[in-house]
Amino acid sequence: MKRIAIVFVALLAFGAARLPFERSLNEEHRAAFFRGAKLDLGLREQIGQGGFIAALSGFRSVVADLLWIQANTAWQNTEWGRMVVLFDGVTTLQPRVTLFWEMASWHMAWNASNWARDNPKQPREALRIKAQREYFELGRLYLERGIRNNPDKYVLYDRMGLLLRDKLKDHLGASEAYAKAAEFPDAPAYEKRFAAYELSYVEGREKEAYEMLVKLYHLGEQERLPTLLSRIGDLQEKLNIPKEQRIYIPPENNQ
Amino acid sequence: MSTQAPSLTSASHPPHKVFSISRVFAIASNTLLELVRLKVFYFLLIFALVLIGSSVFMINFSFQEQFQMLKDISLGAMSIFTWLLSVLATAMLLPKDIEDRTLYTILAKPVPRFEYLVGKLLGVLTLLLISTLIMAGLFAAVLYGRQEFVISQATTQAGAGATADQIADIVRSVKASTFTWSLLPAIIAIYLKAALFAALTLLISTFASSWIFTIVTSVAVYFIGNIQSVARDYWLADNGGTPLTKVFLALVSLLFPDLQLFNLVDDIVAGNAIATLLFLKTAGLGVVYVLVYLFLAYFVFAKKEL
Repeated sequence: MKRIAIVFVALLAFGAARLPFERSLNEEHRAAFFRGAKLDLGLREQIGQGGFIAALSGFRSVVADLLWIQANTAWQNTEWGRMVVLFDGVTTLQPRVTLFWEMASWHMAWNASNWARDNPKQPREALRIKAQREYFELGRLYLERGIRNNPDKYVLYDRMGLLLRDKLKDHLGASEAYAKAAEFPDAPAYEKRFAAYELSYVEGREKEAYEMLVKLYHLGEQERLPTLLSRIGDLQEKLNIPKEQRIYIPPENNQ
Repeated sequence: MSTQAPSLTSASHPPHKVFSISRVFAIASNTLLELVRLKVFYFLLIFALVLIGSSVFMINFSFQEQFQMLKDISLGAMSIFTWLLSVLATAMLLPKDIEDRTLYTILAKPVPRFEYLVGKLLGVLTLLLISTLIMAGLFAAVLYGRQEFVISQATTQAGAGATADQIADIVRSVKASTFTWSLLPAIIAIYLKAALFAALTLLISTFASSWIFTIVTSVAVYFIGNIQSVARDYWLADNGGTPLTKVFLALVSLLFPDLQLFNLVDDIVAGNAIATLLFLKTAGLGVVYVLVYLFLAYFVFAKKEL
């Protein structure tokens, strides 16, 4: 019994000795984007007691996958509200998986919004359009939250650019998102082009966009794609660029 | 005829060493052999079924989703199996040796009790290592199989019109979702956590009255260890609370290991890369835990009445 008491005291002493090290290691883990999931009572309500205990026990990713599979079933049944609840659970458990943010946003901004636009149970078009826009916004919110959790990855900025361009018709926002994505060293080369294309549609920013496009044009043949040539041709007309300063645009690329 | 008594330190009888690696090795290999005879490796069949089953089940998802889930489920299953194996295998060691009376035979050799404990723990750690390697191999094989299947499907869909660059892009994109070097520290972290639990279970079994008590206590420590950091943060944040609450939180923080530090898998499969120094610090902490628990286990076992 005496020895067990000594072991108890020794464990306390070991605990006190490792405390500062573990705290600093914990901070380092957080700084490296580890342990970013917030396991609170809100999540407990979303995923149930069993899932919450499993998540607390180091099986967050498995619980997140199970919820993702459920969300997939909900999609097949077009249960959009249930999908949102499940997506919130998944993204809270695994905030560093960009795929989950990206897919959640895509489901809302593309699938749910299309369904809302064509909803046969809603006879009033104004309400269908309103619902559609709400789903666009929901998709945007997922990407915004995803970017906040993954500021070190380009992919969600790229998806934000796509959503703003294709769904919300916000060319300035799309251009900024693509430009942000282009800043990452592992981002594809088209991010810079897309940023310039989108800026070329923004009233009052045409000159800036033209300069960006010309800069890209001078990078070489690989950048001289039909859309780039077409946008340059369009802006040369719009900005009244003197003939001698113009870049030759083949007729098939002139809009 | 000589009347001189034979020397005890003659060449045929080398002096007894205080610590002998060969004796530890003999105990470790015997422990491993005993555990293998208990057919513990049958759980690998279940692991293989989980892998193959999940791989087939996820065929309707996009390839990124498939690989994400395959990695999550495989590494999660590895984590559960190695932890369970470490607790169950270690909890049985001392009670079984006492029941079979092999413990008395070994300690009468004479084998120091420290060597006996080290040998037993090494046997379990070797079993865990073999299991982890086999599971990692199975996981890599299934992941590779899925990767090749997806690549062949994607290149076929791209059609004959696809350029070599486009095919290379497809292959690169698929491969980026499968094997990454960061999976290696995740697997090592799984092994370290299991090793920590083997040492902890050995410590508990030195004073436990039965193996059921050992297992139940180990499982409880596992769950508490996973929320230890929450208790520690609350205790150190000075959020008020009664003195009794503070004492309770301090006890939880100091007595239990912070297992969240070893839960790297969830974040690594999410695409996080862990810096080498940070990983080495975490691994070093795991080794310190094992050594401290082993030493404390010896401290109790040294004077235990058998």
